[in-house]
Amino acid sequence: MHLELSGLTKSFGSLVANDHIDLVIEPGEIHCLLGENGAGKSTLMNMLYGLLQPDSGEIVIDGRKVTITSPSDAIKHGIGMVHQHFMLVPVFTVAENIMLGRENTHPGGVLDRKKANALVSELSERYGFEVDPEALVEDIPVGVQQRVEIIKALTNDASVLILDEPTAVLTPAEIDELIAVMRQLKENGTSIVFITHKLKEVKAIADKITVIRRGKVVGQAEPSATEEQLAELMVGRAVDLVVDKEPAQPQDAVLQVTGLTVIDERGFTAVDNVDLEVRAGEILAVAGVQGNGQTELAEALLGLTPIAAGSIKLSGAELTGKSTRHRLDAGIGYVPEDRGHDGFVGSFTVAENLVLDLFRKAPFGNGLALNTDEIDKNAHARVEEFDIRTQGIDLTVSSLSGGNQQKVVLARELSRPLKLLVASQPTRGVDVGSIEFLHGRIVRERDQGTAVLIVSTELDEIAALADRVAVMYRGKVVGVVPADTPRDELGLMMAGASKTEAHDVAIENPTTLGTI
Amino acid sequence: MSDVTVQDTVPAAAPAAIEAPADRVRRLRVGGLMLVFALIGLGLAIFTKGGEATFQLVSGDLQNNLLGLPAQPVALLLGALGVLAAVAYVLRRVPQKYSGWLAIVLGVCFIGAFLCWAAAGKTFPLANQFQGTLNFATPLILGALAGVLCERAGVINIAIEGQFLVGAFTAAVVASTTGSAVAALIAAAVSGVLMALLLAVFSIKYLVNQVVLGVVLVVFATGITGFLFDQFLQEDAAKLNTPDVLSAVKIPGLGDIPFIGPILFNQTALVYLTYIAVAVVTFVLFQTRWGLRVRAVGEHPKAADTVGIRVKRVRYSAVLWAGVLAGLGGAFFTVGYAGSFTKEMTAGNGFIALAALIMGRWHPIGAMVAALFFGFATQLQSQLQIIQTPIPGELLLMAPYLATIIAVAGLVGRVRAPKADGEPYVTE
Amino acid sequence: MSTATATPPVAKPERSGLPSWAIQGLVSVSAIVLALLVGAILIIVGDDEVNAAVKYFGAAPMDTISAAFSAVGEAYQALAVGAIGGITPISESLTQATPLICGGLAVSLAFRTGLFNIGAQGQLIMGAILAGYVGFAWHLPPVLHLIVAIVAGLIGGAIWGGMVGLLKARTGAHEVIVTIMLNYVAIYLLQWLLTTSTFQRPGRADPISPIVDANAQYPQFGDTRLHVGFLLALVAAVFVWWLLNKSTIGFELRAVGANADASKTAGMSVGRAYVVAMVVAGALAGLAGTQQVLGTDLPLTDGVAASVGFDAITVALLGRGTPLGTVLAGLLFGALNAGGLQMQLITQTPLTLTTVLQATIVLFVAAPALVRSIFRFLPKDRGAGAILAKGWNG
Repeated sequence: MHLELSGLTKSFGSLVANDHIDLVIEPGEIHCLLGENGAGKSTLMNMLYGLLQPDSGEIVIDGRKVTITSPSDAIKHGIGMVHQHFMLVPVFTVAENIMLGRENTHPGGVLDRKKANALVSELSERYGFEVDPEALVEDIPVGVQQRVEIIKALTNDASVLILDEPTAVLTPAEIDELIAVMRQLKENGTSIVFITHKLKEVKAIADKITVIRRGKVVGQAEPSATEEQLAELMVGRAVDLVVDKEPAQPQDAVLQVTGLTVIDERGFTAVDNVDLEVRAGEILAVAGVQGNGQTELAEALLGLTPIAAGSIKLSGAELTGKSTRHRLDAGIGYVPEDRGHDGFVGSFTVAENLVLDLFRKAPFGNGLALNTDEIDKNAHARVEEFDIRTQGIDLTVSSLSGGNQQKVVLARELSRPLKLLVASQPTRGVDVGSIEFLHGRIVRERDQGTAVLIVSTELDEIAALADRVAVMYRGKVVGVVPADTPRDELGLMMAGASKTEAHDVAIENPTTLGTI
Repeated sequence: MSDVTVQDTVPAAAPAAIEAPADRVRRLRVGGLMLVFALIGLGLAIFTKGGEATFQLVSGDLQNNLLGLPAQPVALLLGALGVLAAVAYVLRRVPQKYSGWLAIVLGVCFIGAFLCWAAAGKTFPLANQFQGTLNFATPLILGALAGVLCERAGVINIAIEGQFLVGAFTAAVVASTTGSAVAALIAAAVSGVLMALLLAVFSIKYLVNQVVLGVVLVVFATGITGFLFDQFLQEDAAKLNTPDVLSAVKIPGLGDIPFIGPILFNQTALVYLTYIAVAVVTFVLFQTRWGLRVRAVGEHPKAADTVGIRVKRVRYSAVLWAGVLAGLGGAFFTVGYAGSFTKEMTAGNGFIALAALIMGRWHPIGAMVAALFFGFATQLQSQLQIIQTPIPGELLLMAPYLATIIAVAGLVGRVRAPKADGEPYVTE
Repeated sequence: MSTATATPPVAKPERSGLPSWAIQGLVSVSAIVLALLVGAILIIVGDDEVNAAVKYFGAAPMDTISAAFSAVGEAYQALAVGAIGGITPISESLTQATPLICGGLAVSLAFRTGLFNIGAQGQLIMGAILAGYVGFAWHLPPVLHLIVAIVAGLIGGAIWGGMVGLLKARTGAHEVIVTIMLNYVAIYLLQWLLTTSTFQRPGRADPISPIVDANAQYPQFGDTRLHVGFLLALVAAVFVWWLLNKSTIGFELRAVGANADASKTAGMSVGRAYVVAMVVAGALAGLAGTQQVLGTDLPLTDGVAASVGFDAITVALLGRGTPLGTVLAGLLFGALNAGGLQMQLITQTPLTLTTVLQATIVLFVAAPALVRSIFRFLPKDRGAGAILAKGWNG
């Protein structure tokens, strides 16, 4: 199928998310759409898939102009999409999810479950997926959920398959499998639009690369281009991909975790007997694929989730059983993983959010009343210091961009003296400019002698920040390794291999991304 | 492609050997409450008077078909059994999967011991008790089923009470003017749908908060039926507000089964419709295409949208079909039971139906069981007044409400609403 | 939809046109106009003369139209005169508004903490029970007796509300369900108490208590039924304003209401906020209960709450959860209630019409998009957030 987008434009209020975008997808090509967070990639694809309506511009399929006003139109025209946040109903079985919207029925609208199960089995066999049609989606791992998403798109006979940031939840080896599936689809004539902001992936996968910046197409590139060239095209200026930092000068241990075990709400062991130590003046990064217990580890450190066993000590003082407020007061700063959910109150002003965990104490409060003058003064100072782009401190934080929202969170946490900074996914969904700034501030905090614990699923971020890396798999720390450990070794450890095992296997089996 | 030998997928975490802290808290809390009830049951048994408790098995027959039980021994037996069940629960002596049964055993034992205590030396009209249970439960079941349909589709329905009122009013007026029961039921269903339409349009189209909307719609229905009653029905009661009550129809064969026959199968058409409704809603929701889509839009509307399902249309259809059920439930208050319409005659039953749906965990069968329990408690209250026990009737009338609070406080297992229940679906 | 963190980024807010509060005011006024139109239709349908004239509509259509106009005109005129036409009507309106304001504040405060307090009715009843009991059963010196009775009422409401907060904090029980259920528990409790010798007036068979001591009654203004409780309602409104906007507790309550997860992460105790909010809300509703039993009714009856607790919800909604808005909405609904009584007396239009009016006003206010599609001149309010669009899981 030949797909052409011409002059597609979409604005939200005064912000132009997509500005006259032209794009041609040839049959059987893997076309990478590269752009940083907030560049407008998802907006474009959501228009193609009928989830958003363009303000102007047209979509032409095989020479015929089409209008796509809903996903069912898109499906009819042979467009399939695997969304970044999976579009699966967690309490449905795999088969139910796959038949949804295109149900085979007996007379009277009664579901034909047998047929659906057979279809799932057939497709998973063809592409070498192991998927149980009767399993509940909420019970299967994210990697398998993604396969269900792909099967779902394929059962609709998609001839263009859009994959929106599909690698975020996968280990390097799983990414290789995904690449193999994409190649197989390509050979069958399916075109693939691959959306990402990761340069390594683009180079490994793409036939053609289109780069989008601030809602506009800024150029095409060949997969042979260097990462630096791609980065410059994507950001619009030369980007320093490496954070400047001196070697760490670690001192005494600040955080000591021993035997930490967390049981989640469903009775599964999320964190399994973890021992960790973070020293003053060093950055320990916790690496791992999403969902291997890192989130629960960070929450347990802050007392946000109850622990089943183990001990957490901050500068020798036991924290177990203490409230979150006590821990914050004891000198822990926290940047939560999902900032919109846990990091700030969207409908509160910038000024209010900057004192969200400080408002009780002087000078902001006297135990009874708030001192609004001091709160405003603080806000002006932080906005200045952290270069928070806002039109005023009395605007709501939800009106800021992702990068500036994250700056608000970090500014607040760093505005009091810290012993330990815990930052989960500190740059997720943030533009490159803000990433550089945030990374720089985190390193500066380390250099001031704060112990820093970073949780990240991005190996690039781990490489940029870490002094040591702890890799988590199924709730366990499988090993703590130096920051310069090769990417393939980290990847294998993220899939459960031990340090030595990973070292041996990685040399024999280089992955696509690891060798670039 | 690498053929790595280590596990290549991120697996779900292994089941824990240790009980999750939250589960432990819940077990102790539930267990504690069960123990309290068990001990009350045992206490009642200890204070049960000697002599026989007589249970009347056929309504109105005081001579034959009586079941005499030695009150105290039976009560003691049941009380002890209840304590046993509670202790087994607290000490985790049964597999997790079956622990719910212990609560049911305790419940039955408690009610049994209570009845022995209340009926010792007297005659308790057991047949009446069940007959009345069914009567009180019928509108509750219909209302709760309406709620199940709405909420499975993601629209919270607090307005069941309003739908009841309008249905009751319409049925009374139409039955009085046309003299036709069928016309009355159809009109009640239609009026329920009209109320549902208000709910649907304001929640789905205008994105009004659904709890707000439910409350306001109840006030609206109260006002409008009250206004029309004051303005027309009072002036011309003979013509507009003298409906015939539906007559009971005995099903041949089934109606002759001893004891349960007359209770279950000598009922009005509306009760039979209720049986059918439970079966149909259960089947449709879980076995048909429409049901799958309804549940999908209630759990994850965006996922449904991305596979081409018209989310809003499915929600409209679910809410409107629910209106049929709620309207029929309303009709029960007039043409199914009391006859003429009076202001605010549904007296909070719509809210009990809401409670039944939540206690039944958004499942049609569960909702029915909860509704029957509430009906049982309400009927028991009037029975106990007749046989004169020292328990004030008002306290028994509180039972459904207290039971619901206990249920939502997580004491009867984890209650989980459809994920997107109450969230309007917004597209750009 | 709760996800969508990164894209699309929200546009720079447009700071043109009218401020948010002005637009909301316009929407409210439009909603009132629309509701009056709906009410007019009901009046016309129910009017005998219109129904008589419509029988010969074909012959003399103007008869029907003029009958309709005069029916609506007379009814609404009676309503207006009964609400604001002189000292007595105004005092009556304020009397009616008094418990509505306090009840409305009880709902609003909980609202801002992210809680839907459907239970003002039950809290009000509990307040009335305790205040009434102290009022008629105890005998204390002037002033002191009133104060003790009021405090008893506050405690009654606070306990009933606090239970809701406690259950929510400890077990996650949804407050909508718990408050609805507790309303019924409270009314049955009241009905039962009024059958006991402690509460029932000697010599009476109906559910009514002795009259509260003169010392425990709110002093009245002149010959009117308006009492000092009205001033307390205004004081309560100022207190709630200060609490929400100027105190550290209020900061916490609002933060929890807007985003409980972020508040928890910032070290706040979400459970404590729920308990605090519901205790204060319950006390406010309890205050409304004291106003009913110690100011307006004087004996305690099972109708002491009338529908105040439910009307309070509509008052809070119309007032958009702010103290000032709640006071204004309470005054409006108080006036509608007082005027409605006059209307029923003079034009025989049933009082239930005011219930319809109130519900319709709130329905329109809750759906500004609908109001805008009727009154197209109304500007769009970008700042207005949907009121707490949360489900059972929220």
